Amino acid sequence: MKTTQVKEERRDFLKKGAAAAAVAVAPGVVLHAMAEGEPRSEPVTDEVRWGMLIDASKCADGCDACVQACNEENGLTAYSKPEGASDEMWDRQRPKWIRTVKVKDNLTERVTTLPMLCQHCEHPPCCDVCPTGASFRRADGIVMVNRHTCIGCRYCMMACPYKARSFIHENVDIKPTLAPRGKGCVESCTFCVHRLDNGQTTTACQDACAKDGHQAIVFGDLRDPNSAVSRALTDYGTVEIRADLALNTGVRYHGV
Amino acid sequence: MSTDAIALRIGTFLLAVALVAVAGSLQADPNWRQNGNSKAAESARSGGECVRENDWMRRNHMALMKHDRDATVVHGVRTIDGSLAECIACHANRDEQGHYVPVTASGEFCAGCHEYTGVALNCFQCHATVPSSNGTGGQVK
Repeated sequence: MKTTQVKEERRDFLKKGAAAAAVAVAPGVVLHAMAEGEPRSEPVTDEVRWGMLIDASKCADGCDACVQACNEENGLTAYSKPEGASDEMWDRQRPKWIRTVKVKDNLTERVTTLPMLCQHCEHPPCCDVCPTGASFRRADGIVMVNRHTCIGCRYCMMACPYKARSFIHENVDIKPTLAPRGKGCVESCTFCVHRLDNGQTTTACQDACAKDGHQAIVFGDLRDPNSAVSRALTDYGTVEIRADLALNTGVRYHGV
Repeated sequence: MSTDAIALRIGTFLLAVALVAVAGSLQADPNWRQNGNSKAAESARSGGECVRENDWMRRNHMALMKHDRDATVVHGVRTIDGSLAECIACHANRDEQGHYVPVTASGEFCAGCHEYTGVALNCFQCHATVPSSNGTGGQVK
C-alpha cells in the first residue's frame, strides 16, 4: 500500500518535474512561496526539491564541524557505549548521519576530505528494497525512514551505495522531541526536516560550516533557479558520487 | 414500629444510597487532568478543555495521534491539534526542583491510566517523555 503510494508520488514527481523545468525557463517565476518562520500547514509538494552542494575544496582536513552540529541537532550524542564494547566496534556501529571521508587520487596523490551523508536520490535504492514501505521519498525530495513502519531489517543499509544509513542498536538515553528514535530502527540524514517544516531554510551542518568560515555547504531548493544552490550548481562543475548508478542525487560535490 | 420510625429508616437508607451514588460517580470519573502542576492541569482547574472533550479523548486519543503521525512524517504537516509533542508539552509535570517528570513515570499523566488498564504504551520507546528546551538534541534542563 505504502509502496504503491510512493511509486505514484514518484511518477507524479517526474511528470510535474518536467513541467516545473519548463516553467523554470520563464524568467521571474517563483516556484515556491512558503512563508519563512511558519510551521508547515499544507502537505509538502514537489514544487520544491531540497538539495545540497558540497564544495570539497573548501573542506578543511580534520574539521568535523558539520558532524558535530548534526550530532547535536539530531540527538546522536545521546548514546552511551554498551558495556564491554571495544572502541573500534563502537565507532563502527554508532549512528552517523554524516561521515567524513578522505579520498586520495593514487595517480596525483591529491587528498580530498569530504562529508558523506544521505544523497537524497531521486531514485533511492533504499526505498526500492524496503519490505514495509518505511523508507520513502517525501514529495519535496527528502528520503526518510518512517520509524512507525520500520521493522529494522536493514535491507536499506545493504542497498545504499553511500553507506549513509545507521541502525540503532542500543536503547537511547535522551530522545529529542523533534528527532525521535529508539532501538531497532534504521535512520539517516533528513536534511534537518524539522527545521524545514518549521519554516527555516538551513540545515545544522550548513550553519556550522558557515560559522567556522569554510562555507563549503550550500543548501536550498533545486527547483528554484534563483536559489543559492541552483546558482552555485550553474556556476561550478559538480559531480554526483556514483553517477553511474543514475540515481539523480540531491547532494552534489565540487572539487572531488 | 411507628410510622415515623419507618419513615426515618427509609429516609436514612435513601440518603445513604444517594451518598454512595455521588461518591461512586466522583470516583468513576475523576478529572486526572487536574492533578499536578502541568499546563494542562492548570488549564483544567480553570475549566479549560483539551483539544477535544475529555470523554472523547479518553477513548480516541490514540486514533488522533495515529492519524497525525502520518500527516507529519509523510506530508510534513506540523500544525496539527493532535501532535504528541504538544501532548507532552502540556501534560508533563515538574518536580520540586523544577525538572520535568516523564509522563511515563508511575502515576504521571500517561502512565496513570495505562498502568490501571494494563495497556502497553509504545510511543515512548522512541518519543520524548519530557518537553525539551529547543525540541532538538539539546539536553533538557
